[in-house]
Amino acid sequence: MPDPSLTRYLAVPGWVGLWVLAAVAIGLFVRRVYQLVRVLLRGRGEVRWDHVPRRLVTAVTNVFFQRRLVEEPIIGVAHLAIFWAFVFFATSFWWNLVRGLLPFLPIPFSDDMPWMAYPMEILGALALLGIVVAAVRRYVFTPQGLERTWDASTVLGLIALLLVTFLVSQVAKGANASGLYLSMWWAHMATVLFFLAYIPYSKHVHLLASPFGVFFTSFKPGAMPAESEGASRLDEFTWRELFNGLACAECGRCERACPAHAAGFALSPKELVHKVKELVLGAVHAPAAPAAGSGAAAASSGPNGNGKPFVGDVVRAEEIWACTTCLACMTRCPVFNEHVPLVVEMRRHLVSQGEMEKRLQDVLVNLGRYGNSFGKSARTRASWTTGLDFPVRDARKEAVEYLWIVGDYASFDPRAQIVTRAAAQVFQRAGLDFGILHEAEQNAGNDVRRIGEEGLFGVLRDKNLKTLAGVRFQKIVTTDPHTYHVVKHEYAGNGGSSPNGVEVLHFAELLDRLLESGRLKVTTPVGRTVTYHDPCYLGRYNGVYDAPRRTLEALGARVVEMPRTRDEAACCGAGGGRIWMEDVAGIRERPAETRVKEAAGVRGVGTLVVGCPKDLVMFQDALKTTQLEGSLVVQDLAQLAEAASATVRSDAHVDA
Amino acid sequence: MAGNIWVLAEHWRGRLSDLTPELLTLGRELAGGLGGGTKLEAVLLGHGAQGLAAALAADGVLSVDHAALAEPNPEASCIALAALIEQRKPQAILVPLSNVAADLIGLLPARLKIALVNFCRDVRVVDGRLEARCVLYGGKLEATVTVASAPAVIGVLPGSRPASAAPSAAPPVTEVPVELPGDLRVRFEAYVDPEPGDVDVTKQDVLVSVGRGIQTQDNISLAEELAEALGGAVSASRPVIDQGWLPLTRQVGKSGATVKPKLYLAAGISGAPEHVEGMKGAALIVAVNTDPQAPIFSVAHYGYAGDVLEFLPALTAAVKARKA
Amino acid sequence: MNILVLMKMVPDIVEELEIAPDGKSLDVEAVRPIVSERDDHALEQALLLKDKYGGTVTVLAIESRDVDEVLFTALAKGVDRAIKVATGEAILTAAEAAALLARVLPAAPNLMPVQLILTGCQAIDDLDGVVAPALAERLKLPYLGIVTGVEVEADGSRATVYKEYAGGTRGRYGVCLPAVLGVQAAPKPPRYVPVAKVRAAMKSRTLETVEAPAKEETSFLEIVAMTKPQETGHAEMLEGSPEEVASKVAEILSSRGLA
Repeated sequence: MPDPSLTRYLAVPGWVGLWVLAAVAIGLFVRRVYQLVRVLLRGRGEVRWDHVPRRLVTAVTNVFFQRRLVEEPIIGVAHLAIFWAFVFFATSFWWNLVRGLLPFLPIPFSDDMPWMAYPMEILGALALLGIVVAAVRRYVFTPQGLERTWDASTVLGLIALLLVTFLVSQVAKGANASGLYLSMWWAHMATVLFFLAYIPYSKHVHLLASPFGVFFTSFKPGAMPAESEGASRLDEFTWRELFNGLACAECGRCERACPAHAAGFALSPKELVHKVKELVLGAVHAPAAPAAGSGAAAASSGPNGNGKPFVGDVVRAEEIWACTTCLACMTRCPVFNEHVPLVVEMRRHLVSQGEMEKRLQDVLVNLGRYGNSFGKSARTRASWTTGLDFPVRDARKEAVEYLWIVGDYASFDPRAQIVTRAAAQVFQRAGLDFGILHEAEQNAGNDVRRIGEEGLFGVLRDKNLKTLAGVRFQKIVTTDPHTYHVVKHEYAGNGGSSPNGVEVLHFAELLDRLLESGRLKVTTPVGRTVTYHDPCYLGRYNGVYDAPRRTLEALGARVVEMPRTRDEAACCGAGGGRIWMEDVAGIRERPAETRVKEAAGVRGVGTLVVGCPKDLVMFQDALKTTQLEGSLVVQDLAQLAEAASATVRSDAHVDA
Repeated sequence: MAGNIWVLAEHWRGRLSDLTPELLTLGRELAGGLGGGTKLEAVLLGHGAQGLAAALAADGVLSVDHAALAEPNPEASCIALAALIEQRKPQAILVPLSNVAADLIGLLPARLKIALVNFCRDVRVVDGRLEARCVLYGGKLEATVTVASAPAVIGVLPGSRPASAAPSAAPPVTEVPVELPGDLRVRFEAYVDPEPGDVDVTKQDVLVSVGRGIQTQDNISLAEELAEALGGAVSASRPVIDQGWLPLTRQVGKSGATVKPKLYLAAGISGAPEHVEGMKGAALIVAVNTDPQAPIFSVAHYGYAGDVLEFLPALTAAVKARKA
Repeated sequence: MNILVLMKMVPDIVEELEIAPDGKSLDVEAVRPIVSERDDHALEQALLLKDKYGGTVTVLAIESRDVDEVLFTALAKGVDRAIKVATGEAILTAAEAAALLARVLPAAPNLMPVQLILTGCQAIDDLDGVVAPALAERLKLPYLGIVTGVEVEADGSRATVYKEYAGGTRGRYGVCLPAVLGVQAAPKPPRYVPVAKVRAAMKSRTLETVEAPAKEETSFLEIVAMTKPQETGHAEMLEGSPEEVASKVAEILSSRGLA
């Protein structure tokens, strides 16, 4: 086959044209990347280049094996084929470009080497098939959250074109059709160069950005952003938060997973990240600093620089407040985007302006003043203990092995109090050495932080830590996953380890140990078929999936899973402070209602088991509004454990 | 000789207020208790309001008629009343604790440098002196107070006594001329009435009234369903109105409407005095509140210490089942 | 436009109130002070007026336990000056407080005259007086109470003030300034200020202090006893599940021809 770069076209050698094309394409590419990076650098700093080896491993495994993409099998495999084809084709492209630009180099073209050509042909064919699958999925069976944009079509078309031109060139080589080979070679090269230049100008910049997004991931996906005053303008977000916009492929997995979006709230995680992308892209040509006198409007302008504030107008307050921080979006995102920190940063801004609904304001005032969201005197915090036939020890006065941090809802809500008493009963039967803080306990602050009131969180945390400093204990246990998460990870400086480095256990984890060691004996096996709802802050945030299931089996229950289980569990809708907010008009179906219907739909299941007091309250309410009260019962793990370990049958049960 | 007992005969927009006859009953008792010829006199401040005097169960009526007193004007009322008190030196003047007379409670004693006893639930004569039982701290504590000096201003809460009946013969009216400055610094301009609502809560036989315990605006529909089943309407206490969940016209209480339905169902209402004032006259009061210590249970006939969100639908179902 | 807001602390009734051993007064040690709710509304009304008309807002409070945080919170909300009257945390009745303020205000440096003095129209411990009108009388200023809305004329000489009556009706009054207004509720609920801003105010702002003259007169009242309220009656409490109770209630209603 003739050498494309040496062949003359109208007396001009190919390499001349190639230099021109390459210079233009690469020039455009570099210019654009530079512009984008400059915008990112206008954001605040954030350290994401620590632990480089670990980052490399994470990036390599997730990018090359496309782990999250194959969660949706059909498109996952198709994308895998396209990606791997891309790896080979990209290598081949650069190789051939260098060889083409410098024809005197004594190296063959990539496709003249069988060990490149064969994989490229096979992968190319598979990738082409993948493109067809992707196109059919996008245009015929359009999944929710996926948009049919010109941009997407162009990219699909370009990829198809470069695959086809390559494959045809190989066919031409085989058939010795040098004219066809040359034209296909140039067509391919031109397509790829065009694609190269096109990517950073298009919304498909994710092709470049996403591997970096994975590299710059947070090792603690549930962690809150570093202390800040919140973000309402480009320069108030960190570069990593802005980067989300560029890394996003707009695949819609986050939106499909979002319980708020499914319920009909104004929030779409995908749209949110898209708006950040527009903010970044729009800032490419905007001035770096606001001109004197133009004030905040210019700096906070939306994508078109039309002076609309980003937070409040482009992103509306109702979107920001709709998030339950359930982490489903971030768990599904293939490019490891971080939606929740974006929400929290914007909430911090709204809070700093005092812009929140009255009910939430009142709750925050109550939390600050009484240490609980119910506005009740702190002295009544332990009133749930009346009704027990034994006193619950005061850990402030006696040393205990297990300090039980009870939590707001578990202490004050009448329905949750029943569960709290059951848990106390279980601890007592197991001979556990435990105590509570009585009225010294303050709300642990998890949801206060997720609301964006960092100052109040600090106050609550410090009060709790001060109390803990005077208490002698060895481990912490709680029935509330929100308390569990924040005490375990956010209670000692920024290091993120629990106070004094003690072990923090959720009730399910402790119960697991008590049952395994035989300290708690099962006298009356549950004997029912149940299904279990993974609480967001226990499951997705902390990976505790097995302990509750083991304990249920050990208690004599038969566990059948709901369709969405473990890290796919659908949030009850209470998190992120939403339980403190008013219902929103126009909701199709509340997240809790969707979930109880899902539970009721599991054959043979009459009990939905929960491990969180807010889940309990939300699901019990949802049973009423969905009229499922006769078909399904919601009970906490503690209640099942109490009933199964009862020492005297029938009457001695704590209120069921 | 100690002075008379006066009652400020409060009226508003042409009608005597409900508190006035109650205060007259109380005043009569006090005058009798003090003995020595102590009389009960009603003080009527207004403009052309003398017609109301006939309904006042007092020994005499002191009337001050002035254009500036046509509508409630704290400055004019205070000047007029202060002049009256300085001239005639009553033992005490009972003033109703309502929005209309509220400003006088504070202005009058300060102007004359005399005693005020506020928030009185009851006043009696003990050892020849007036002794009052006053509600403090939102109803959490009561103080028993002796009034050592005269004249004294006594602010009286609704419900201290039953309303006195109109006298068989109209009491004698004494017109008292009072000088009021021409350039009053506070001038009444107009009333701003709320948009007429679809429902007049004062005309309902059945009211299902919601308070904070209803928790969210959506849950009000539970009350509406029950109200519909009972052929009544939904009303509310102040916190619900303040949230904007129901229009002002549905408010029951001191700043809202005073209602006397056949059935008043207080759903999630704590029973603060300002609310109770507006509904204690109902024939049958049923209260539901998760807090068994809620003050509403002192005024209700039947009570349930439970969750309104569970009770309301249950009662709706029970009522509908009876109809079927 | 200069506005003065007066704020005071009262016992928080969410907590239990204890009677002192003498049986005649409140056990002050057991009291948890909270800012009087109407005063919070008065502050909000002042801030709204400042937002609209400009000018300055000064907050003044008589020294008492926990009043500092209230003053710093006011500063964080946008108040320009915060003044504390040093009384050694003496307990004052409402009448005594009004008398004290009437002497302190004219004497405080660079304070008077102001166009408006706003404070709550009543508080839960106003037994022997109500501060707002009593202060108005002593300062010889016009007064209107139960205020739910204020608008000011451009030249600051007059205000249009809305006073709440029953049934949702309001009265519109013209009030000559300067005046004292007793606020029932601000048009908007008191604004939220994040804890971080209050903390920042505590670090960067200072509270001014003015000395208080000795207590003037004693109260005209003698408190004979302080007790928990006597109950005049109590509801018949129904027991059972919501369904059981609902059934009983339906029966009661039915027997009265109501259902």
